[in-house]
Amino acid sequence: MEFLKNYRNAELIKSLLNQIRKITTRPWKLMEICGGQTHAIMQYGIDQLLPENIELIHGPGCPVCVTALELIDKALIIAQQPGVIFTSFGDMLRVPGSHHDLFSVRAQGGDVRVVYSPLDAVKIAQANPKKEVVFFAIGFETTAPAAAMSVLHAQKLGLINFTILPANVLVPPAMHTILGSPNNQIQAFLGAGHVCAVMGYWEYEPIAKQYGIPIVVTGFEPLDLVNGIFMAVKQLEIGNHLVENAYPRVVTRTGNRTAQGIMEKVFQPVDRKWRGIGIIPQSGLDLRTEYAQFDAENRFEIGLIDVMESSLCIAGQVLQGLTKPFDCPAFGNECTPQTPLGAPMVSSEGACAAYYRYMRAR
Amino acid sequence: MMNNSNINHLQGPVCSLPLQHNDQIVIGHGSGGQMTNDLIKNVFYQKFSNPILDMNNDAALIDLLLDNDKKGFLVTAIDAHIVSPLFFSGGDIGRLAICGTVNDVAMLGAKPLYITASFIIEEGFSINALEKIASSMQLACQEANVKIVAGDTKVTEKGKSDGLFISTTGIGWVPASRQIGGQFARPGDAVIISGTLGDHGIAVLEARGDLGFHSTIQSDVAPLNEMIEILLTEVPNTHVLRDPTRGGLATSLVEIAYQSEVTIQIDETSLPIRPTVQTACEMLGFDPLYIGNEGKVIVILPEADVDNALEALRSHPYGKAAVRIGSVVQNSPGRVLLTTPLGSNRILEMLAGEILPRIC
Repeated sequence: MEFLKNYRNAELIKSLLNQIRKITTRPWKLMEICGGQTHAIMQYGIDQLLPENIELIHGPGCPVCVTALELIDKALIIAQQPGVIFTSFGDMLRVPGSHHDLFSVRAQGGDVRVVYSPLDAVKIAQANPKKEVVFFAIGFETTAPAAAMSVLHAQKLGLINFTILPANVLVPPAMHTILGSPNNQIQAFLGAGHVCAVMGYWEYEPIAKQYGIPIVVTGFEPLDLVNGIFMAVKQLEIGNHLVENAYPRVVTRTGNRTAQGIMEKVFQPVDRKWRGIGIIPQSGLDLRTEYAQFDAENRFEIGLIDVMESSLCIAGQVLQGLTKPFDCPAFGNECTPQTPLGAPMVSSEGACAAYYRYMRAR
Repeated sequence: MMNNSNINHLQGPVCSLPLQHNDQIVIGHGSGGQMTNDLIKNVFYQKFSNPILDMNNDAALIDLLLDNDKKGFLVTAIDAHIVSPLFFSGGDIGRLAICGTVNDVAMLGAKPLYITASFIIEEGFSINALEKIASSMQLACQEANVKIVAGDTKVTEKGKSDGLFISTTGIGWVPASRQIGGQFARPGDAVIISGTLGDHGIAVLEARGDLGFHSTIQSDVAPLNEMIEILLTEVPNTHVLRDPTRGGLATSLVEIAYQSEVTIQIDETSLPIRPTVQTACEMLGFDPLYIGNEGKVIVILPEADVDNALEALRSHPYGKAAVRIGSVVQNSPGRVLLTTPLGSNRILEMLAGEILPRIC
């Protein structure tokens, strides 16, 4: 905590904000990819302190928000089955499926538990040999290695009552989708620091080159964020498009090779649907065939899923950075964190929830 | 504004149906935040509405219509306690059951006098544990100078309840000269908190084994009536007293802002939070402003009385860390603004549902 204080030092942050103001000559649109960054930007009101012509657009980096409705409905079906202990990260409990959410399943007697790590779910499986324990593996590259570890660990322990519902997604394919869209407005990315801690940033070099766009790997403390923005604006102003690392205390170019190896051993990339965006090629992680017995979709009879999405909310546009949450007519009216119309209002990582919580004044 | 030309070649805007949770109770209805407020409003106030209940404080003021020289109000409050686990660092359900109710009565400036207690006990519960809890209640009663004057005991079949639930009713007296309540905050008032935030909630999480690490945090559960009496002797003109329990400081401030129809501005850098609580919250993805307290009070009073009030609070062991955290700035439909260390502002809302850890 003492260490973190430096990254929250108001004087340092203000002086860096001044430097951004000095070098900015034109309007620029930057996207922070990660929901954790959106959260911190709102929490500290960083967007209020930037020069007016620098706009932050909030990317699809909230794992809860982008998990496809079909997968959530599958999770709900599995969680309702007798003898199942369904485990998930906390925010997921409130995400609405087509008809209900995991909170409702729990209220009706389902055994739904919040875990902090997939390995905790393995422990639950060990302690409850007569129950089927399922972990809902959502998240980006940040949570994927731990999900992979849980499978390897369960295999090592010889557990036959542990499965995961694979829902992990990958950042680079989503960046391709955003940049390749004819309506793209993003001129620079703040790379997701935690994702890069695992994956490194070598993957982003071809993207920066292909689209001529600066990418700055950025952390989550206010000084980290302001520094990431400063480095991105500096590149934009002089016309550079490099991958830079503004989070070197955590991120290296190669990343965590061990974690990458475990992910690769257990998972393979597949096409995956993102809620609000659609199918993004090679953007999801599924279990390799050697680990198929740990796939909850193989373990449980799920049947046909008939998803129901209504059309009031504009989550799709928000997740792609095409619209700001407060431009949505439902924002703060029909749609609040209590009565979310779309996933971005559910998770505190979600752009709409972050806006609602921190900036409803606007 | 929304621009239809923005809709691109990708899948169009999508969204899910809203989930109102209108048909069954979910855990968030017990969070003390917005969902709890809505449930109470939509189910109970709908049926029970009357002028005393509708004042919407945690305790009720009952006019006994006595002769003028004895003019005053009976104050009563009720609180059910279902904490899990029953024992935690710094307290247990027994101490909580007395302090929670004593504090609710004291928040209207009243002197708590009597308690009644109802025990719902699950078949198989240890008598030894019950004795420990009863001793703890007795000690808290001594400290708060209140007496348990009636009680009730019921036993449920195994599995029909969870160990032990205790409901307590408190009865107290407030002289008519004291006008204290959530509806009395006025622009120009100062906002004080009597000590550090989030200690109780984090201590209970630790006792549940939910932290995944050990901390030295102790619950702050304590009867505040003695300290409040000292405060009100020094500053009789105090406007609002509120104990920020479930839902934490943020939820309580929003409630007050709505009740008084004012804007409350809080300075984030002034908030007293122990480093261990801050660290636990950072690791778990919680916000300490939404974590419950059981031995703290928000005090709102005229600016001119701030120094006297701080001195009075700090003279008592439960108010040593009392500090001013903000001001009531203007009349408005009710909102709470937090000024960040960088000078930007954000709005504080009530806790939406159950506190959930963030993912990343």
